[in-house]
Amino acid sequence: MLFLTRTLPFLFCFVFGMTGWVIYYVPHEWAQTVEREIALWLRLVYAFAYFLGLFSLLSLHWSKIRQRQAGWAYSLIVYISFGVMTLFVVYNDGHGPFAAQATTGPYQWMFTSVHVASSATMFSMLAFFISSAAYRTFRARTPEAAILLVSAIIVMLGRVPIGAYISDIIPDTMQWLMSVPNMAAKRGILLGVSLGAIATSLRIIFGIERSYLGGGD
Amino acid sequence: MTRDSYVFVGFLALFALVNTILVANGALSLDWDGLGVIVAAGCTLALYSFLYKDNPLFKFAEHVYVGVAAAYVFGITWYNSLYGEIIVSYFDIGEKGANGGGHNPWVLLFPTLLGLLMLTRFSRKFSWLSRISFAFVVGVGAGLTIPRYLSSFLLGQLEPSLAPLTLSWAGLNLFLVLVGVITVLIYFFFSVEHTGVVGHASRLGIWFLMVSFGASFGYTIMARLSLLIGRISFLMDDWLHLM
Repeated sequence: MLFLTRTLPFLFCFVFGMTGWVIYYVPHEWAQTVEREIALWLRLVYAFAYFLGLFSLLSLHWSKIRQRQAGWAYSLIVYISFGVMTLFVVYNDGHGPFAAQATTGPYQWMFTSVHVASSATMFSMLAFFISSAAYRTFRARTPEAAILLVSAIIVMLGRVPIGAYISDIIPDTMQWLMSVPNMAAKRGILLGVSLGAIATSLRIIFGIERSYLGGGD
Repeated sequence: MTRDSYVFVGFLALFALVNTILVANGALSLDWDGLGVIVAAGCTLALYSFLYKDNPLFKFAEHVYVGVAAAYVFGITWYNSLYGEIIVSYFDIGEKGANGGGHNPWVLLFPTLLGLLMLTRFSRKFSWLSRISFAFVVGVGAGLTIPRYLSSFLLGQLEPSLAPLTLSWAGLNLFLVLVGVITVLIYFFFSVEHTGVVGHASRLGIWFLMVSFGASFGYTIMARLSLLIGRISFLMDDWLHLM
C-alpha cells in the first residue's frame, strides 16, 4: 500500500518532471508534439480540478444554510445566482450544452451586466483603499521612505497629462525611473526568484520536497 | 428601523425612481440592453456602497458576483476543455470546441483518468488516489519551470545587464542598471554580514528597491484609477446619459 500511496505519486512526479524539463532542449518535431500533448493534459486535469474548488465553495455555503449561521441568506443568494448562470450556460442561447459556446444570449448578458461590471468595480475600489493606506503610511521619516514617496509621486504624475503640464521633465523622469532604477531592482528580484524557483523545482522532481503529497499514508 | 435601514431603503427607492425616469424619457430602452445597463449600474453602486461601510446591499452584490463567477468558470471549463476537448474526441456529437477537439481518444484517456482521480478527494477512503493527479500537476509544473526560468528570467535578465558599457548616456544608464542589480542581489545575500563595504552596497540596494516599490505603487494606483474612471464614465454616460 505504501508503494501506491507514496512511491507511485513520487515516480509520476519524477517521470513527468524530467520529461517536461528535458523535452525543452530536444529540437525534434516528436519532442514538440510530446510537449504540446503534456500541456493539453495539464489543461484537462486543471479542468477537473475546477470541480474541487466548486464543491468546496458550494459545500461551505450549504453548511451555512443548513446550520442557519449568521448571514445564511447571502449563501442562498450564491446558490441562486450560481443556479441561474448555470442554466444559461447549459441553455447556451438555444444550442444546448453539446455545441460550441455561443457568443450571444443570456449567458453573455449575465457576463457583461454582472461579472464584468462587478469585477471592474471591485478592482477600482482598491484605488480608494490604496490611496487611504498611502495617506496614512507615506511619511518621509527616513531616506528610504522619502525615495519611495518621491518615486511614487513622479510615476503617478508622469502617467497623466497634468504631469507634462506642470513640467516636461516629469514624464521623462518617470520614463527614466521605470527603465533604469526600477528595471535594475526588478532584475535583482527576478534573478533571486528564478534561482529559488529552479531550486524548488529540482527538490520536487528528485523527491526531496514532498509536502504536496500531504500528510498520512 | 435603524439609520442604516433608512439609508438602504432610501437608496433602493431612489434607484428604482431614477431607472423609471430614464426608461420613461427614453434614455434607457425597455429591452435586454436597457435592463443590462440597469443591472450593471445596480451592481456598481451596490459594490461602491462598501466605501460607506459594510452593508446588506454590498453583501448581496458580492454574493451574486461569487455565484455568477463560479458558473462563468464552469461555462469556460465545460465548453473549452471538458466538452471541447474530451467529449468531442470520444463521441461524434455537436460541433468542435474553441480549442479544436478531435484528439486521439486513446491519448486523452490518461489525462481524463488523472482528472477523475482528482475527484477522489471527495471520498475519505479513496482520496489517496488523488495524490497521483497532484503529483502529475506538480511534477510537470516543476519540469516546465526549470528551462523556462533558466532561459527567460535567469539568462534573459543577465544578458542585458552585462551588455558592453560605452561613454554615453545609454552607457551610464547601463552602468546604473548593473550597479542596481548587483547591490540588490547583495541586499538579498544573507550569508555575509551586512557591514562595511557590503553594508554600504546593501543600503544602496535598498534605495534601488524603494524606487522600484514606489514606481510599482504609483503604477498600480493609476491602473486602479483608470478602472474607477471607467466605472464613473459608465454610470454618467451609459446609465444616466449626463455626458
